[in-house]
Amino acid sequence: MYTERVIEHFRNPHNMGKLEDYSAIGKVGNIVCGDVMWLYIKVDPDEEGRDVITDISWETFGCTAAIATSSMVSDLAKGRTIDEAITLTNQDVAKELGGLPPIKMHCSALAADALNEAIYTYLSQQGREIPGPLRKRHERIAREVAALEKRYEAFVDKNRG
Amino acid sequence: MTHPIYLDNSATTRTAPEVVEAMSPYFSTSYGNASSLHAFGREAHRAVEESRGAIAELLGAQPEEIVFTAGATEANNLAIIGSAFSSNGRKHLITTAIEHHAVLHTVEWLRTQGFDATVLDVDPTGRVDPEQVREAIRPDTLLVSVMTGNNEIGTLQPIEEIGRICRDHGVRFHTDAVQALGKVPLPVDAADLLSISAHKFHGPKGVGFLFVRKGIKLTPILHGGGHERGRRSGTENVPGIVGMAAAAKLALGEQDATSSRMRALRARMIDAVTQLRGTRLNGHREESLPHIANFSFEAIEGESLVMRLDERGIAVSTGSACSSPNLEPSHVLIAIGVPLSMAHGSLRVSTGRQTTEQEIDEFLDVLPEVVEGLRAISPFKVGE
Repeated sequence: MYTERVIEHFRNPHNMGKLEDYSAIGKVGNIVCGDVMWLYIKVDPDEEGRDVITDISWETFGCTAAIATSSMVSDLAKGRTIDEAITLTNQDVAKELGGLPPIKMHCSALAADALNEAIYTYLSQQGREIPGPLRKRHERIAREVAALEKRYEAFVDKNRG
Repeated sequence: MTHPIYLDNSATTRTAPEVVEAMSPYFSTSYGNASSLHAFGREAHRAVEESRGAIAELLGAQPEEIVFTAGATEANNLAIIGSAFSSNGRKHLITTAIEHHAVLHTVEWLRTQGFDATVLDVDPTGRVDPEQVREAIRPDTLLVSVMTGNNEIGTLQPIEEIGRICRDHGVRFHTDAVQALGKVPLPVDAADLLSISAHKFHGPKGVGFLFVRKGIKLTPILHGGGHERGRRSGTENVPGIVGMAAAAKLALGEQDATSSRMRALRARMIDAVTQLRGTRLNGHREESLPHIANFSFEAIEGESLVMRLDERGIAVSTGSACSSPNLEPSHVLIAIGVPLSMAHGSLRVSTGRQTTEQEIDEFLDVLPEVVEGLRAISPFKVGE
């Protein structure tokens, strides 16, 4: 069900662990729902003063796809400017992995969301203006977490009788 | 490690070589339809009836009490739906929260057809309290269905006691005994209906049976040529039935030896795994099927644990949400009160007749390293 690329990243994930000297974290998912991703970014200005993600790492609680997408999004974002990184989508992550099973597409969304949240946190900390699309995604992510938690509460209630 | 280690025997088992051998002629030479008049048909008919007789004898039942089906899902459906639609106006069923979906979803469907159901809770080890069954019985209760031993956590139910309560109240009693054959004595005397599947005890897939106590009426759920005394239409799966009888003989013949070996392997696993940090046993330490052990590991997710073990040549399974088609964690683990975070990190290990001590030791060698490897990339730490 998983592509060779997914298995490869799962077996030898890139940029894993906690970044000691990070600028911001993006935390997405919920342990209750079974996927949690924390993405750490280190941001430094380049010669032209643009914000660049100079280092990146992640810690993930989740399935094979969640680990592989964490690894892939970190590869894709590393060395990019913030403006470039903002445009990365879950489709980009899934495509680079040679696709994901339909039921696992939410894992690539989680990875793209984690990057979004890390950048959102960074810009907020810096007191900078948040671009419209970034803010919109941030609001959607919060709504989705709330909806998922509700769904799982209902599942637990039903099965505990 | 020279070969893959298969520890997923409650999902399915390897068909035993002697079973394959017993089945083989019924594909190649004796391939008749058991309903045909000619010699080919008579040969097939004889094989089906001999198998029925052998299975009945092993169970201490009558041959006409064995209804062949295409597995336990069908046997459970026949027992439950067949009882509901021949209930003389009774409308209520009782079952438990930890049944297999073949029972739970069937009962759920009956609710949409004008029936009512009580789904009983279990204690934190997965045991049903027989007194709860007694209290749930109503004048219009048509069936109680409680599994013999759980397929995910292994917990055994007080089937004899529940059977007695049902008999005292004149209520029909069904038990899904799929995981029990060859592992613990089958509660044939306690039950009116009992479901079995061949591939769980080294028989072939796609065949099973329902034990139907004499005098118990069932409305058929499959209509057609009136096979199985009108209770299950459809051409008999002759090789499957022959294979199931051969597997049952094998499993019941060596039950004592196999189950005591399995019990020792299970105890060995429980001792070793529960010594690791951040782990728990799901189920009952003693009142359990001998071949199933279910654990949870803090801070990691079960699907990736299964995949990491698979890379190391070890086949096991999980009740995690990520491994299920609807992304929901195991209803059994939730029902026994395992916290969601721990339900996601569950691992089911199930042994078979071929499992060796060496294989268990190899699994126990590899496990801590794999668990710690995943914990190293998890945002959660053990004990948080």
